Amino acid sequence: MQAHIKFRVAKSKAAEIILIVLAFFVTAPLLFIIYYIFQKGIKVISWNFLTQLPKPVGEVGGGIVNALVGTGLIVLYASIMAIPIGILCGIYLSEHKSSKLAYFSRLCVDVLQGVPSIVIGIVVYFWIVKPLHTFSAISGSVALAIMMLPIIIKSTEETLKLLPASLKEAAIALAIPYHRVITKVLLPCGISGILSGIILSVARIAGETAPLLFTAFGNPYLNTSMLKPMQSLPLLIFNYATSPYDEWHDLAWGAALILLFTVLLLNIITKLTTRKWNVQL
Amino acid sequence: MERTIIKSENFNAYFGNNHVVKNVNIEIERNKVIAVMGPSGCGKTTYLRCINRLHELIEGARCDGKMLLNGQDVYSMHPIFTRLKIGMVFQRPNPFPNLSIYDNVIAGYVLNGIKMSKSDKNDIVEKSLTSAALWKEVKDSLHKKGTFLSGGQQQRLCIARAIAMEPEVLLLDEPTSALDPISTSSIEELLKELKNNFTLIIVTHNMQQAARVSDKTAFFYMGELVEYDDTKKMFTNPDDIRTQNYITGRFS
Ligand SMILES: Nc1ncnc2c1ncn2[C@@H]1O[C@H](COP(=O)(O)OP(=O)(O)OP(=O)(O)O)[C@@H](O)[C@H]1O
Ligand SMILES: [Mg+2]
Repeated sequence: MQAHIKFRVAKSKAAEIILIVLAFFVTAPLLFIIYYIFQKGIKVISWNFLTQLPKPVGEVGGGIVNALVGTGLIVLYASIMAIPIGILCGIYLSEHKSSKLAYFSRLCVDVLQGVPSIVIGIVVYFWIVKPLHTFSAISGSVALAIMMLPIIIKSTEETLKLLPASLKEAAIALAIPYHRVITKVLLPCGISGILSGIILSVARIAGETAPLLFTAFGNPYLNTSMLKPMQSLPLLIFNYATSPYDEWHDLAWGAALILLFTVLLLNIITKLTTRKWNVQL
Repeated sequence: MERTIIKSENFNAYFGNNHVVKNVNIEIERNKVIAVMGPSGCGKTTYLRCINRLHELIEGARCDGKMLLNGQDVYSMHPIFTRLKIGMVFQRPNPFPNLSIYDNVIAGYVLNGIKMSKSDKNDIVEKSLTSAALWKEVKDSLHKKGTFLSGGQQQRLCIARAIAMEPEVLLLDEPTSALDPISTSSIEELLKELKNNFTLIIVTHNMQQAARVSDKTAFFYMGELVEYDDTKKMFTNPDDIRTQNYITGRFS
């Protein structure tokens, strides 16, 4: 009997050690990547790096302000398109759990989530770039918005589904019209889940390169017109890293560090939002 | 004013093919407390939820027959009018977790987008919380979230929220089943007060409670309304053998 229990204790100890080792294997690559990029990138980061345009090959210095502004604008327009549609669609799916249309939409969302980003890029190229005869920032935004949609829809739907039915009934029993039940009760109660879904979706697409290759295309100059080609961080990293010049490699590392930092920051903000806005049910 | 406030004629309710409320005929008088009793699963909650049209929100649920409020069929009005006149308190307290105690009480106004002056709001909040016997306990913490209250306080908050709308009828589905004896008795006191202004229909499994607070008792069994009479008579000398068995505890 004693031996039997000792064996069990040993087994649970072993399981614990295996888990710790596995956890280490999961986190180690991330820490290594962060360390490596930090080490390579930190030396080019300066005020000039953030505020100047790239210089031609051979000249020292130069910055990535065009890519920073570009990524900001492209992501902003993508969010403006994806957030309202995503939230509305999420509300629809959570309110109509078993209608045929809901079933079909849910299927589409799942499939959309699995579509490779380059395919979305190509489709948007044929939808927008070709008809307009020019690469444009807005086409990049559309491609990214399509990628954001499934993430926002899923998180909104799941968040709202978790709210107890009694909450909705309480509002309906007070003679509150349906649209106000949604906007004044359900959405505010689920705000933390919905917000974190949105921020995660931004973090997810901020570094996407493939859908921007033949939509936003890239631009060595500072451009703020959504109808013209625009630079973005991932495109800049792609172009500079594949160039033959060492100075450009350094700039790519710096840009990678900024991108990585932004994504990390967004993830941390997500965690904080979940905590801050959480409505205790 | 007519004495009858709610009247059901041949009223039936279903969940899909499950016939849950069977051919109920009842006349409920104004400013009375009516206890609804019966074994678990006999359709009490379902019947109550038909009165303010919550039943129809459940998928596959439907009902037929007449449900008259002041002589007008609630099923021919817009459900919002019905629910303005018929308030409800649920079995489990369900204050809005995103709102403060103060805003919970006036939720029926605020969430409906009705504009009111600050002093009107204050008056309604104080009056409703006082009627719900909660004012003294929460008057210094009105701007805390409603979910910080204890279960019994939350239930009284839900009662305050319902009576703030000044409905004509208040439906209460086992409002004290999750509460301790002290909160229960304060809610029972409250019910006796409230009947001056409202008609109360209360579902309860607690026979002493029914005997203490109600004027009339309706006994449901397997979806049928078996008997409806003065509470005193129901508890001392019921007509139907099923009522008698239930009251003497011969089946649960
Ligand atoms: N959401 C639902 N979907 C399908 N059937 C339901 C649903 N709610 C209740 N029913 C069925 O309707 C019948 C009556 O339920 P109801 O909740 O009205 O009983 P009740 O008298 O309130 O019981 P209790 O005293 O336990 O609260 C039950 O037999 C149950 O199976
Ligand atoms: Mg019930």
